[in-house]
Amino acid sequence: MKYVAELKAKIREKLPELDVVIGWKQGFDPVHASPAFMTTPEEIEQLVVNPLCVQNLATYLPGLKGKKVGIVARECDTRSIGELLQESLIEREELTVFSVKCPGAVDLVKLRQQVGDLGRVRSISFDGPRVTVETPDESSSLDLGELLPGKCRVMAYDEPVLADFRFVDPDQDTVCREEADTDLVALEQMDLDERFAYWRGHLDRCIRCYACRNVCPMCVCQDQCIADTRDPHWLSAETDVRQKWMFQLIHAMHLAGRCTECGECERACPMDIPILTIRRKLNREIHELFGYTSGMDVDAVPPLLTFQPEEKSITEREW
Amino acid sequence: MVMGDLKFCPKEGLSRWVEELSREHTVLVPQQAGDAVEFLPFAEGSELSLDRQPTAPPKKSVFPQTETLMRFEYQKDPEHPDRQTLQIKETLPGKEKTVILGCRPCGARGFSVFDPVFGQGEYLDPYYQARREHTVFVSLACRHPENTCFCNWVGGGPADSAGSDVLMLPAGGGYVLRPVTDQGRQIVEVGGFEDASPEQQTEADRLAEEAAENLSPAPELEEVPDKLFELFENLDFWELMAAKCISCGACTYLCPTCYCFNISDEYSGLQGKRIRTWDNCMSNLFTHEASGHNPRPTKAQRLRNRVGHKFSYYPKLHEQVFACCGCGRCIKSCPMSVDIREIVLSAKEYADE
Repeated sequence: MKYVAELKAKIREKLPELDVVIGWKQGFDPVHASPAFMTTPEEIEQLVVNPLCVQNLATYLPGLKGKKVGIVARECDTRSIGELLQESLIEREELTVFSVKCPGAVDLVKLRQQVGDLGRVRSISFDGPRVTVETPDESSSLDLGELLPGKCRVMAYDEPVLADFRFVDPDQDTVCREEADTDLVALEQMDLDERFAYWRGHLDRCIRCYACRNVCPMCVCQDQCIADTRDPHWLSAETDVRQKWMFQLIHAMHLAGRCTECGECERACPMDIPILTIRRKLNREIHELFGYTSGMDVDAVPPLLTFQPEEKSITEREW
Repeated sequence: MVMGDLKFCPKEGLSRWVEELSREHTVLVPQQAGDAVEFLPFAEGSELSLDRQPTAPPKKSVFPQTETLMRFEYQKDPEHPDRQTLQIKETLPGKEKTVILGCRPCGARGFSVFDPVFGQGEYLDPYYQARREHTVFVSLACRHPENTCFCNWVGGGPADSAGSDVLMLPAGGGYVLRPVTDQGRQIVEVGGFEDASPEQQTEADRLAEEAAENLSPAPELEEVPDKLFELFENLDFWELMAAKCISCGACTYLCPTCYCFNISDEYSGLQGKRIRTWDNCMSNLFTHEASGHNPRPTKAQRLRNRVGHKFSYYPKLHEQVFACCGCGRCIKSCPMSVDIREIVLSAKEYADE
């Protein structure tokens, strides 16, 4: 990205006022980026911004409350920051947002489907919408649009929800786009038995690692999650599909109208279970009921964090 | 190795062999589920997925995520309502044989870390022992090490036979089968295969060597157990290492050598069962004591435990063997790309300022 040098310079300038700046750096191999916690100029030098920078770094913010934190954030990531602010889970004065124009993102599962085992990738490079991947066997030229995670196909963000500094590349168009949510529509069209069988099949391989929960920027019960407490004993310690499904439903209910659809739950799932769809469904219900979209307006009160004596769109009395 | 011990299984003969084995045993083979690859029971029409390292290792076949230790039931005495009797029912695993076919050598090697803890010494675990004795591992040697593979750091290799009963070595459009144990020999016999030709054997050895050469060189780790011990109190170091960790259990639950467990009673009304379930040291409830105190209150202490257990405490107790098989799943499945190799090397190279 053309703005990276400018971004690094700005972070260097602001670093003395901050405890840490969170960004991305190259991870353990060519296709993996990793969150970077920058506290020195040398660490800022390692900062990268490219379509492999897939982690939503906002997830670290509630845990750093009380510190002065800088964060490098794509447009969609600022939506999570917005919702965290709306819920007073972080403080605006403690936060410096270095907003970057999103260079697009690579869904590593889709990449694997194209080029085979990612552990054999020797190099990957980006040139506009072209992605070139080298393995010992072959070189593939792919279209970034085909590798986008599902979340980038149903919601488009041109501008950040909030920013202290903004970095754009004039040649770079918005990569995400707003298309019909085909995954969700397909699920809605299934009858109940079919849908139940679908989730049963997928959740059977859940290992209860709770990567989906721990990576979620909006999951704030932290160490008090009802999924693991013994008292009250909502879920058993068994690993049957009932417990797994129950957890997913509880998680989705807790996120209704709060989830910013960043897709981290689904990305983090080591067993590739398509769990973002459940959250999207609940968000859509909230949108239909309250006309509300989470995280887009820092001053808005989320509908489930308040109540009206009479809700406009809930016609209880006419039953 | 006795000549004639090595057999050759052509690629197209593999599913016939698996089918044959599945008549007498449960055969778990890697199969695609969604976009993951898991060990699932072979059934007619099952497709083997052997090209990718399975997403989860075959750990749960011997050490299930939920093991029922016993069932129990309280009975009320109608004459004396204040009295209850307790009936306990044993639930030891059966003696049916299970064959795991197509795991990688590192996946089978994982159990060699379990054995000294559950199957040897003063305290024997009958559940583990029963499953371990009745499970046969047919491992597929690796041809193409991945970026995350580091079996050579911890004493393994792409064609390592430790923990396996049979090694399948790719060669000549099929596999040279090398039995490692008597159980393995019996399993190979079921296939009725021809002897492997000298050419096939030579090719198998050559490919195995090539794979070993493709691994990045292993660093010297001898001083690591002591180094980690010295760093125990250095929370600054561990906070730095754990900064990006989100404290989930993906690394531990996908690890072929992580064996920590929890025991709990699950009951409804007067009946219930005592179960043993996988635990993971990344969870805040791990070692959370009844008093409310937790000696590992933050993710830094918890990550320290994970790395320390594998590369310091375990080797100090068990003949310098690392409790890690180098499969790399904790690295590639970590949502935040935490790399245990980097932590081990940072500890090794750590110098006090």
